[in-house]
Amino acid sequence: MSVLVDKNSRVVVQGFTGSEGTFHAQQMIEYGTQVVGGVTPGKGGQTHLDRPVFNTVREAVEQQGANVSVIFVPPAFAADAIMEAADAGIGVIICITEGIPTKDMMMVMEFLKDKKSRLVGPNCPGVITPGEAKVGIMPGFIHEPGRVGVVSRSGTLTYEAVNQLTKAGLGQTTAIGIGGDPIIGTTTRDAIELFMHDPKTDGIVMIGEIGGTMEADAAEYVKANSHKPVVGFIAGATAPKGRTMGHAGAIIGGKDDTAEAKKKIMRECGIHVVDSPADIGKKMAELLKD
Amino acid sequence: MNLHEYQGKSILQSYGVAVPEGIVADSPESAVEAAKTLQKQTGTAMWVVKAQIHAGGRGKGGGVKLAKSLDQVKELADKIIGMHLVTPQTSAEGKLVSKVLIQQDIYFPGKAEIQEYYMSVLLNRKTGRNMLMYSPRGGMDIEKVAEETPDQIFTEEIDPCMGLQGFQARRIAFNLGLSGTSFKNMVKFASALYKAYVGSDASLFEINPVVRTSDEGVFAVDAKVSIDNNALFRHPDIAHMRDLAEEDPIEVEASRYDLNYVKLNGNVGCMVNGAGLAMATMDMIKMSGGDPANFLDVGGSANAKRVEEGFRIILKDENVKAILVNIFGGIVRCDRVAQGIVDAYKNIGDIRIPIIVRLQGTNAAEGKELIDKSGLKVHSAIALEDAARLVNEVLA
Repeated sequence: MSVLVDKNSRVVVQGFTGSEGTFHAQQMIEYGTQVVGGVTPGKGGQTHLDRPVFNTVREAVEQQGANVSVIFVPPAFAADAIMEAADAGIGVIICITEGIPTKDMMMVMEFLKDKKSRLVGPNCPGVITPGEAKVGIMPGFIHEPGRVGVVSRSGTLTYEAVNQLTKAGLGQTTAIGIGGDPIIGTTTRDAIELFMHDPKTDGIVMIGEIGGTMEADAAEYVKANSHKPVVGFIAGATAPKGRTMGHAGAIIGGKDDTAEAKKKIMRECGIHVVDSPADIGKKMAELLKD
Repeated sequence: MNLHEYQGKSILQSYGVAVPEGIVADSPESAVEAAKTLQKQTGTAMWVVKAQIHAGGRGKGGGVKLAKSLDQVKELADKIIGMHLVTPQTSAEGKLVSKVLIQQDIYFPGKAEIQEYYMSVLLNRKTGRNMLMYSPRGGMDIEKVAEETPDQIFTEEIDPCMGLQGFQARRIAFNLGLSGTSFKNMVKFASALYKAYVGSDASLFEINPVVRTSDEGVFAVDAKVSIDNNALFRHPDIAHMRDLAEEDPIEVEASRYDLNYVKLNGNVGCMVNGAGLAMATMDMIKMSGGDPANFLDVGGSANAKRVEEGFRIILKDENVKAILVNIFGGIVRCDRVAQGIVDAYKNIGDIRIPIIVRLQGTNAAEGKELIDKSGLKVHSAIALEDAARLVNEVLA
């Protein structure tokens, strides 16, 4: 098993015919993901990458049975794209777009409250279940089907952890990039909860960074519910206060935002925290040895 | 994006938030003209001369002074404009002041007692909603208030669809101990403040102090305003307010190339693709006995041109004694990045400090070979711990 996406996922690409959408849709198809079509308003009826283009997400759901959406729409229109996907009944919405205004995301979260959709992102690399479906922009080949669930706020740092797990022979059940923005659909805690309930996942890697309280919330959850080892890393121990470090959400405002504070609470909750990103795979291998 | 006090106040005012009348000036002469105009407008014979820099604690450094005559306005403006103002939030060299805000003084005596409050609007990341935070203990550092008297800090969580409601605005005024005309003015003030926050796509409003005057007016005497960078595209007027002189010159140049660079004080420069990995690389430099000189994210697809620009930016910092390049090649191939590094090295020419290049992911081995065979004085690594060890070695 796996979480969020698998070989049965029927993926619709929003922003299909744009350059980003085209490039990554192609990569997803090559990986073996079931991309069933795309949406570009005004280009409905055309064919792109041998797949149908629709004007609306609803048409993609009705005509192709799409149940997962991946969004490459520019920031000014991305909030609208998320809401359209939710309105059409898409189960898992994965928003790659970086740079959506916070106010727009606040409204999106209100809109999603009475919908059954789960949002992953925005500003994330996407979700991959190795060997089954790659829905996002991550390099597929570093992943290997396996036993560890990965949740991370970062892109390349996730690849780093994934690569270490692959080299250690552990592989991944699913790797979820939850995104680096202050307001995101799926939190670290949500992802860990999914992995705790996934029988194939034996261990969980959580990668966090400075800013916000997500890691602390996840740690409390792990303390109360964990029956699987969790390895944690927090980036930004050397980041200065009050500066945004690339990700809009990576900023130290108060004392709870620091890497040190997060690591402390994670350790107290039984998470195996590593100080060097080079030790993530090693630590998990050690914990899963028996 | 941070704004100057006078810019923030102009936004507040456009949404009906009461602020003391003020005019910005860049010379002692224009300061006196501003003071005269304010005297005509408001009848005031006292003015506050306020240094306009992007840092708090300006009063402590001598950047905020009361003038009781036009001569004093001139004298103070002359002194403050051109000074390097040092505050608890600036570096030891301080920040050059090029503008002052000449503001009507509203601390005049009268019937009611003058009161100072604290009020801010910001995102509560736990709930994903905005909140209005306020305290009757204004005019001082809010972190100190939180430490000493946490019961004196109140918050109103705001429904994003509905906005700040009347009962909340009233509760704010009640909690601040107001009644009568002051009460009504505070209700109006808080409501307008929230509208301004949402309307301008702000990420922080901090009004400290909010002053209740002796004639029961309620005013934003100071204003710290930050706007959500991601929303600037729909506020061209605000985007126009960016003051490049307030930013580090290397950071300004980096932003021209679309590079995400933050200057730090260490001795090892770094260039990384991806923000999370960039932070992790900084942490690793520290663990290897160095000190990160910067944060630099060259973006997920690190191409040759960006790599070269990245090198040039890092090399502008004279404290840099070594550079660590850490690229995880995904869709971008490591051999291409390696070629970019070799070309950049040759184009820039005279690089006298050791460079460590760690390439991992797609075609990492080919990339490493390309660098090893280039004949350049560049150390290469594939595993992350090897890169860390090399940093330690070159610094020794």
